[in-house]
Amino acid sequence: MQTKRMTYPGRFLPYALLAPQVIVTLIFFIWPAGQALYQSLLREDAFGLRSTFVGLENFARLFRDGSYVNSLSVTVVFAVGTTLLSMTVALLLASTVNRMIRSRSTYTTLLVWPYAIAPALAGVLWWFIFNPSIGIVPYMLEMVGYQWNHRNSGSDAMLLVIFAAAWKQISYNFLFFLAGLQSIPQSLIEAASIDGASPTKRFWTIIFPLLTPTTFFLLVVNVVYAMFDTFAIIHATTAGGPAQATNILVYKVYADGFVGLNLGSSAAQSVILMVIVVALTMIQFRFIERRVNY
Amino acid sequence: MVENRPWANLIAHIILISGVALVAFPVYVAIVASTHSLSGLLQGTLPLLPGGHGIENYTRMWQSGVSNAGAPPAALMLWNSFIMAMAITVGKLSISLLSAFAIVYFRFRFRMFFFWVIFVTLMLPVEVRIIPTFQVVADLKMLNSFAGLSIPLIASATATFLFRQFFMTIPEEMLEAARVDGAGPLKFFKDILMPLSVTNIAALFVIMFIYGWNQYLWPLIITTDPDYYTIVMGIQRMTSEENPQWQLVMAAVVMAALPPVLVILFMQRLFVKGLTETEK
Repeated sequence: MQTKRMTYPGRFLPYALLAPQVIVTLIFFIWPAGQALYQSLLREDAFGLRSTFVGLENFARLFRDGSYVNSLSVTVVFAVGTTLLSMTVALLLASTVNRMIRSRSTYTTLLVWPYAIAPALAGVLWWFIFNPSIGIVPYMLEMVGYQWNHRNSGSDAMLLVIFAAAWKQISYNFLFFLAGLQSIPQSLIEAASIDGASPTKRFWTIIFPLLTPTTFFLLVVNVVYAMFDTFAIIHATTAGGPAQATNILVYKVYADGFVGLNLGSSAAQSVILMVIVVALTMIQFRFIERRVNY
Repeated sequence: MVENRPWANLIAHIILISGVALVAFPVYVAIVASTHSLSGLLQGTLPLLPGGHGIENYTRMWQSGVSNAGAPPAALMLWNSFIMAMAITVGKLSISLLSAFAIVYFRFRFRMFFFWVIFVTLMLPVEVRIIPTFQVVADLKMLNSFAGLSIPLIASATATFLFRQFFMTIPEEMLEAARVDGAGPLKFFKDILMPLSVTNIAALFVIMFIYGWNQYLWPLIITTDPDYYTIVMGIQRMTSEENPQWQLVMAAVVMAALPPVLVILFMQRLFVKGLTETEK
């Protein structure tokens, strides 16, 4: 990694400048992560008095445990649902806004502000409009003969958290799609329309392929978002229920550790999640390198 | 656009207006609900037009909160949120500026090692190592304090990398000229680098303020004293009751959402710049 050609000499100053960042990182990031690794190899007795070294037993137990396997599949459904829903809506809105000339900035402003709303608040808002007894949406659904109840029905609860998570993420995806669309040279589109390609054909044969870098980047970001940043949505609404139907992995780490006090298992889950984050970050960085050359 | 199709334009406007409506609908419902009385909300179905209890609900939430649900007055929670968000933002920006400066303008032993230590923070979101981090903070006696709320969250790899990228684009001649004129490293940092970075700092400020304001899990686990509740987590206390007082919950939601939304609306250009640059 480069520095400037000319640099300041410094024996102590650079270390002093780095110290605050490095100390915070060591104390609050590296040390806890090491603790998680260490605890994942231990098992505590019921009173937390003694712990014994059990090797990889905690990990083996997790994968034999039906509730962890369930949590894995719930996470996949949730992440795929949230990503697809919010990216599709965002792409539709972005490509429509992009053809506007005078009203473009007004629509953009009206679409970006939900980014500011905390995931927990997004959860509470959707929880409220879908409230089975006083919510507006269940009332309308009842008129078409559907009994909405996310307190009993696992699939209703899953849909609810997907809606809340996707709603919150639309503005983010929208901004990136819009930036991607604006970087496509206008001449390509004009050439295609002179050749008689309809707007739909232009979208699928020119615009969409040229958007691939943006789409791929957003896919990774959205999966990371759905896996790690949605804790608040689950916690503020379903709390993983009903019957673990929305118990995604990050929520389970918290629930097993803080509520269930099963530290060994929770630490093992933390380690698995860290491996997933590292993998996703690597994918993201590999891709960014490639996009520079694109 | 390349051709003029009146029908297509009409459809486009319809799509966009429904998009805007879809995005705004939950918040509209919250605003409406916060202006009704609880009994008005509970009879039958949700009203879609504002009622007459708005001032009453907001005053009550602002001044007294919902004590039986353990939620202190919103004024206090908003103030706590503001302190926490500002501490996180200022903390992140200052330590990232300093470390980017060290990495770009000095050659010293273990430079790469430090770079990797900072990089690792990207890969360890607080959610995945929540219990050991909580233990560390508890051992340091930082529970129920603003230091505990903010310091563990101020390490930032993204801000450090962004400033590093930016410093690399500053012409070499700047440093040469400064050194010829006899400016030491701290003077160069204060009088040349900082003024040049103002736009970047402002853009990151917007993003990080929103990040700090919206923190949820961290305040939730390390504060048990209502004096330190932040508004975003305080709302959860009110909804986890058996029969939530929805009109007050929604008043609190509107108050909690307003500051960051205003920040985005008034600083949209900085916000877009900050967002697109931190994520690249």
